[in-house]
Parts: sequence; C-alpha cells; structure tokens
Amino acid sequence: MTEGAESTQSTGGPESAENGAGTAERPFPDLLSDCVHCGFCLPTCPTYVLWGEEMDSPRGRIHLMGQAEEEGAFTDASVGHFDNCLGCLACVTACPSGVAYDALIETTRARVEEEHERPRAERLIRSAIFSLFPHRRRLELMRGPLRAYQASGLAGPLRSSGVLERVSPSVAAMERMAPPIKGKVPALPERVPAVGRRRAVVGMLTGCVQGAFFPQVNTATARVLASEGCEVVVPKGQGCCGALSSHSGRAEEAARFAERTVRTFEKEGVDAVVVNSAGCGGTMKHYGRVLREAGRPDDLVRRAEALSAKVVDLSEYLVALGPRAERRPLPVKAAYHDACHLSHGQGVTAQPRELLRAIPELEVADLPNPEICCGSAGVYNLLNPEPASDLGARKADDVASTKASLLIAGNPGCSLQIAATMRERGEEIAVAHTVQVLDASIRGLPPSALV
Amino acid sequence: MRDRPIRDRSDESPDDRSTTDPAGTDRGQADRADRADRLSALVPRLKGICGDDGVITDRARRRTYESDGLTYHAEVPGVVVLPTTAEQVAEVLGLCSAEGVPFVPRGAGTGLSAGALPRTDGVLVTTSRMRRVVEVDPDNECAVVQPGVANLDITRAAAPYGYYYAPDPSSQQVCSVGGNIAENSGGAHCLKYGFTVNHVLGLQIATPQGELVRLGGKAPEAPGYDLIGAFIGSEGTLGIATEATVRLVRTPQKVTTLLAAFTGMDAGGEAVSSVVAEGVLPAAVEMMDALSIAAAEAAVACDYPEGAGAVLIVELDGPAADVDADAAMVRRLCERAGAFEIREASGAAERARIWKGRKSAFAAVGRISPAYIVQDGVVPRTALGEVLGDIARLSAESGIRVANVFHAGDGNLHPLVLFDDAEPGAGERAAEVSGAILDLCIRHGGSITGEHGVGVDKACSMPRMFTPEDLETMDLFRRAFDPAGVANPEKLLPTPRLCGEVPGVRKDVHPLVAQGRAEQF
Repeated sequence: MTEGAESTQSTGGPESAENGAGTAERPFPDLLSDCVHCGFCLPTCPTYVLWGEEMDSPRGRIHLMGQAEEEGAFTDASVGHFDNCLGCLACVTACPSGVAYDALIETTRARVEEEHERPRAERLIRSAIFSLFPHRRRLELMRGPLRAYQASGLAGPLRSSGVLERVSPSVAAMERMAPPIKGKVPALPERVPAVGRRRAVVGMLTGCVQGAFFPQVNTATARVLASEGCEVVVPKGQGCCGALSSHSGRAEEAARFAERTVRTFEKEGVDAVVVNSAGCGGTMKHYGRVLREAGRPDDLVRRAEALSAKVVDLSEYLVALGPRAERRPLPVKAAYHDACHLSHGQGVTAQPRELLRAIPELEVADLPNPEICCGSAGVYNLLNPEPASDLGARKADDVASTKASLLIAGNPGCSLQIAATMRERGEEIAVAHTVQVLDASIRGLPPSALV
Repeated sequence: MRDRPIRDRSDESPDDRSTTDPAGTDRGQADRADRADRLSALVPRLKGICGDDGVITDRARRRTYESDGLTYHAEVPGVVVLPTTAEQVAEVLGLCSAEGVPFVPRGAGTGLSAGALPRTDGVLVTTSRMRRVVEVDPDNECAVVQPGVANLDITRAAAPYGYYYAPDPSSQQVCSVGGNIAENSGGAHCLKYGFTVNHVLGLQIATPQGELVRLGGKAPEAPGYDLIGAFIGSEGTLGIATEATVRLVRTPQKVTTLLAAFTGMDAGGEAVSSVVAEGVLPAAVEMMDALSIAAAEAAVACDYPEGAGAVLIVELDGPAADVDADAAMVRRLCERAGAFEIREASGAAERARIWKGRKSAFAAVGRISPAYIVQDGVVPRTALGEVLGDIARLSAESGIRVANVFHAGDGNLHPLVLFDDAEPGAGERAAEVSGAILDLCIRHGGSITGEHGVGVDKACSMPRMFTPEDLETMDLFRRAFDPAGVANPEKLLPTPRLCGEVPGVRKDVHPLVAQGRAEQF
C-alpha cells in the first residue's frame, strides 16, 4: 500500500440500495459484493449465537459463497455451514448495506442441491420429508394413524427408550414435534360470504401443513375475514405454495408448486391473496424470483410477479382494511412471538401487535430477544434437530420469563416447536395463531377457548 | 467485499502444505516450510488445550477469518482457536511464546484498522465463545464480563438495575469488549463520558508468555503504574484481556436529542463552537454533511429535513431540569447560527429515529458509491472549520468526493473518501486524498486516529506523528511484555518489512540502551 494506509471498503455499487424485486435481475457475484464485512449481522444470527464461529454467521457464509464462486465448487465443509443456516433472515433486517442474503442463500442452496453429492442417508431423509410435507392429501392421511398413536400412550415409553433417536434424530424430532390431532378436518367452502356490506373479495391460501394439521387456523381466518366484510374465496385445487421446497434449494419443485398456485389464484380475480402462514407469505411475495431461478419463461415470471403484488399477510391486510366487527374482552395474559418470515422476511411486526392491542383485556407481552429464531424454520428442525432444539430451549426460556399462559404466533411451525419444547420441560403453554385470538374475541368466546 | 488479492504469505498451513509460493526464493521457501512445520506440530497441542471443536484447520473455514471489518487487508490464518476460558487463552499464548509462533487476537472482527489481520504463519485467537456476563454488581456500579461479550450486552444486562455501559462505538451491538479494550474504543458519547480507558476498573490479562495476571479490580483506584491504562489501546501487542471489570453509569433521568438542520457546514460548525463556548457539555455532538445525509437517506430512510447541507445531532443527558435548560440553550444557539429546522426527541423511539441515520452512515455510503475509504483522524475542535474547508478543497482539486461524518464535539473526523473501484487508478487517487487528510490533521496538531486504531493499516503512518525515539521507546515498552515478539507482530508500530525503509526510522541502538539506562530484549 501507498503511504497513509486507510480503511477501504468496496461495495456493490450505487444500485445496491435496491432490495426485493430489483435484486432478482442482478447477477449473483454482484449481490455478493454488496457485503462490506461489517459484522452487524452476527448477533442476530441464531447459529452464531449458539456457536460463536465466523463460518456459521451470515458474514462467514457469504465469504464461503465467494470462495465457491472463485473455486467453482462447494466443499463438504461449506455445504455443512449453508445447511446450518436456518434461513430466518434476521441478518437481512440487521444489515445496513442492504445485502440480499435471502436471494443469496436461496440461490446457493439450489446450486448445492444441483452440484453437490450428499451422502445416501441424508438424501433419503430429505426425499422422505419432501415427499410428505408439501402434500396436503398425504399429510391428511397421516392424521388417523397419528391420532391413534397419540391416544395409545406409546409416546412416553418410546421417547424414554431413545430408540427413535438412534434410528434417526430427524425421525425422533418429527415424532416430538407432531401436533396433537383432534377430530376431523372441517372442510372450508369454496366461497365464504361477507358478513354485512361487502368491502372486498379476497383469496385465501389454505396451505399444506396449515391445512392438514391446523385446519382450525384456516377456519378462524375465513371467519375473521368474513366478519370484517370480506368475501373469501378458497380456490379448490390449491396445494403447497412451494415455500418449504424453495427454502431448501429444491428450485424446480418450488417452481412447480409456485406455478400451480399462480394459475389457481390468478383466475379468481381477487383483490388480495391473504396468507396466514409467515413462511408461505414470504415466498409468495417473491414468486418472480422463484420462477426465474428455475428458468421459467418471462411471461410466467411476470404473471407470478403480478400475483405476488397481491399477496399480503393476514395481519397486514386486516390493519390496512380497518376493524369493523366488534372486539369483545378476552382476559388472558399472552406473549407475542415474531415469526422470522413475518418480521424479517416481510417486515411485519407492528400489525399483529396492533390487532392484538385492540382486544379489550388481552395483555400482550413481547419476548426478550425477539429477533432470534425459535429453531423451527420450516423443516430445519427435522434436518438439523440438535441446533433446532438448542434454539427451542432458548426461546422457551424467553417465553417462560414472560409468565404468559398463551403464546401467540403467526406461523404454524413456530407454535409447534415452542409448544413441544415447553411440553418437554413440563411448562406446558397454550399456543394460538393471531387470527384465532381475534376470532375468539369477535365471537365473544371465553378465555377457556384458547388456554 | 475484498477488492485486493489476499495475502497468503506461505500458503502452507497445517493441512495444505503442498502449495508453495512459486515466486519464493529457496531461502524463503525453507523459512516458510520451517514455520509451517512449527505450526503443524502445534495443532495437536492446541487441540489438547481448546478441544477438537475449538481448533479450526480446514482451509475454507480458516479463510472466513482472513479479514476483520477492513477487508482491504486479508491473510489466511494458519490456525484458528476458539478458547472458552481464560486458562485456555493463557496456555495457547504460552505455547506460542515457547515455540516462537506469532498469535493474533480477534474479538468480533469488526475493527477498521486491520488490527486483527491474521498471519498464515500464526495462530488466530478468537474470543467469540467467551461471552458470558459474569456478574452485574449495581452496588459497586460495575460489571464483570468475559472479553467476547458484545458492548451493548453489558448495557442490556445492567439496564434492569438502572445502569448502562457508557462507551458506545457505532458497532456496539456487535463489537466485543475485548476488542474495545484493545482499541480503546470511543463512540458518539465519549465527548462527555470518555473512552474505554475511562470505564475499565480491572482486567485479567493473559500475557504473551502465558501468565494470567490481574490488574486493578472493583476498587476505583490502585497505586503504582497505571498498567490498565497501558494495556488499553495496546491493540493486542501486550496480551489478551480475558476478563474485564467495567464501570456502570447510572441511566440518566432524562435524555433529550436535538436534530438541527443547516444549509451549510459553516453554520453547523459555528453552532458547535457556540454551544461549547456557553459551557454546555452535551453527551454527544455529531455532524453530517449533505453527501452523508444523502447516503443515510438511501439506506435507512432516516427522513432528515429536506435541503439540509449539514445536520447537527446534539444529545443532552442528566437531571431533567438541567437537560431542559441546556436543551433550550442549544436550541437558541442553533437558531442564532442559522438552523432552519430543529427537531427534539425525548422518547426512545424518536431518539432512535434521529440516531438511525448517523449510526448507519458508514455502511450506508455503499449506497451512493461503489467503494469508499473510511478515514479516522482527530483535530483540535477550534481547527475544525479550517480543516473541513481544506478537505473540501482537496476534494474539488482531485475530483474525488468526500463525505463527512464526525464527532464534532471532540474533533474526531470520519471523512469517507468515495471512488469507483472499477475505474483504473481511482483507488490510488482516493488513497492519496485520504492520506492527505491525515496530513492535514497532523499539521493542525491532531492525530492519525481517533478511535479506529492503528493496526496494520496505519502502522506506516506512525512516523508522521512520532519521532524515531518515540517509536523506539514504545517498542521497548512492548518488548517488556512480549520478549519473544509473538504478540500481534507488525501491528501498531512500523517495521521495515511492513513499511519498507521508513524515512527517519533509527536502525542503531536506542540512546537509552547505549547509555546502559535501558535494556533491549
């Protein structure tokens, strides 16, 4: 260096300010170069919180991506660190330079799946997960046996025997996380009329896991929307939105799901597509990227972008619409958990709180460390059970510190993860989706409906 | 990211010694092979100390540690260790000293002077797993923390007791206390509260020879030499802090933040002078020019008043009555200096909004320029106006844009020199302007660094400020702690290898040594 050595930072260029839609057009190396290595992402990264290692931080992973670019190949070590990423996107919120880590990790994961040979056992568990979860019908078929198993009293002895843990930690995690199954899935009609004067016509995504395991959340969603004056369209033939696949680098599979969802909803002519699951909404708002990544033609990408523009999280939509139905008192001490794909993925933090604040006598506490992921992260807790359960334990500590009797979250995975962790510790807590709380308040149900 | 080739001096770290530097001479190759052998032999012993999980040898993983916050400098560390206890740190350092292997300390890797630049022939000692707040002691107004604890986490731990930790570098949510100690970090509020050195009561350090030593403690004052003062700001050349007892400050009864917008920098500067002249001591006085405001707007939409050629952020804290009186005074003085809009924030959320633009300014400059140099210099406050004028002239003459963000209260400038790294020669021209700014600071009786430290980045600029005798005395001091010369070598003080033949650097023995009054180790 010449005399007067100074600090130099190279950045991605003036256009690096653009995030979201603009990033999709920019080449991968360009997006990588936006990172100035400042480290502001470290403290919000769940794996850095756990292990304190550079290569398991967003900054370290971006460095590893750069190495892979240089060397044209992934090392086993770097794939391990990419797999360790929960994709919670807390780093995107924390980054002052506007690095599109969401786009970076998604592209990287897709490349890993394409170019990197995984060990056989890993391949098996991944294909097992992806032949089950994104498929609502198959999940619904699981309900019967799962209910029978839960009723049989086998769970206790099986868990303490540790057999499942030895067979596969992923299978053991699946067993632990399985939601309690009660009754049959109530079918939603294809059209739910608005209560009173109609204010809007909205489409509703029923989803795969939400639909099969949390049908009551979908029912509450339809009811609340209708009470607020929306005619709710629930198109038949919709399936998984593709989020789970997209978050795991299964680009082609994600694009197939996305394409189907686009085709299903665009013909309904709705004002908005309302989504009640954070992970789904986050992906659906970036359908253009999902389809472009998989090499779909431009016209389809544009149609996907048009649909994405209509996608809103339920809480976002309800706040923008403004309340009409009367809220009745719900004297419960609750805590609100920010689902990552709602807060970091979609920037939705104020709206759910605003909706909950409007319910008389409902006390809502914030959790300490709200920006840190609970470890659920889609299918992460099945693929990486150990860090997932460490993060679950941290979150459970934070939940317990609020002394709340009800935990409210906007994503089914988070509720499952936190409820299961609390149950294991003997600190059982009731969980509910934001919309279930609203629904109870609007219908004037007693607190016992939730806790 | 990095825009320079990475230095990998030998490229022969423990697990990949097959690569050798093709340009190297036979002698050089022999040296490198020798160093590599020593390092390889160290690995099992390091694993014995830190556990398998605490030693990183894989090249891809090691490379993620090649830079700190200043990516201009990069070098792949030979081995990375992640100790979890003070004893482990001490054992690692002792081993390095005994074997003549250099070590480099690293906290969160956010430094801006490449003070944590690793060495391929050395061990990188990372404290990122030592992040426990050991004790919060509100009765004695202090806290005991491990070195890897993030600066802001001390405040988080102390807040329930009504206390906070005062030094607040802009990277406070990330940067580690250990790193703050090594660099004597300041922050926006050091105008009123001082630097890290004013807030450390006690230290446990691992010396380069591997001893654990306690300096000071919870008592506010200790007799004898101020070794804590000497250690703080030593940039890892005297050892590694393994535990710190830091002062906690009572959360002020009231905090009021004013944002005053001016059409130009001169008016803003005048306001600063008059505030100081009136005897008001704000907690912080920060200034940003039009260019850095534009960057911050692009990055975080901070919504500063439109048309501002300069904004001044003045924060006042203390007893409510004092704060209110001072705020009224500052308001009047700003208006008299020509402020066209003044906003006032008392709530935490509004305050955060005002600070958001300032705190994100460095990284935000990435939005308006492909590349930039963050400079860090100090001038006496009275010279501020003149120096800013000179910087503007330099910028106009060279055609290189310079954005100014600075701690106006204590004359600590952070000019951001903007350039396009894709344009041939632009980097060099920017480096020249940046160097000339440092010369300006020195000419006005200032310093080459206010708070980012010297590291490797400014080591060669030290002779601009210090005489050869000064530097040699510093080196003697350093050797008293580190006779083997293994503690973060080639940082802080210039060396011929790093800087070439530095003009004016003495090569014969120091006069004190020649007179038998000091001993050279």
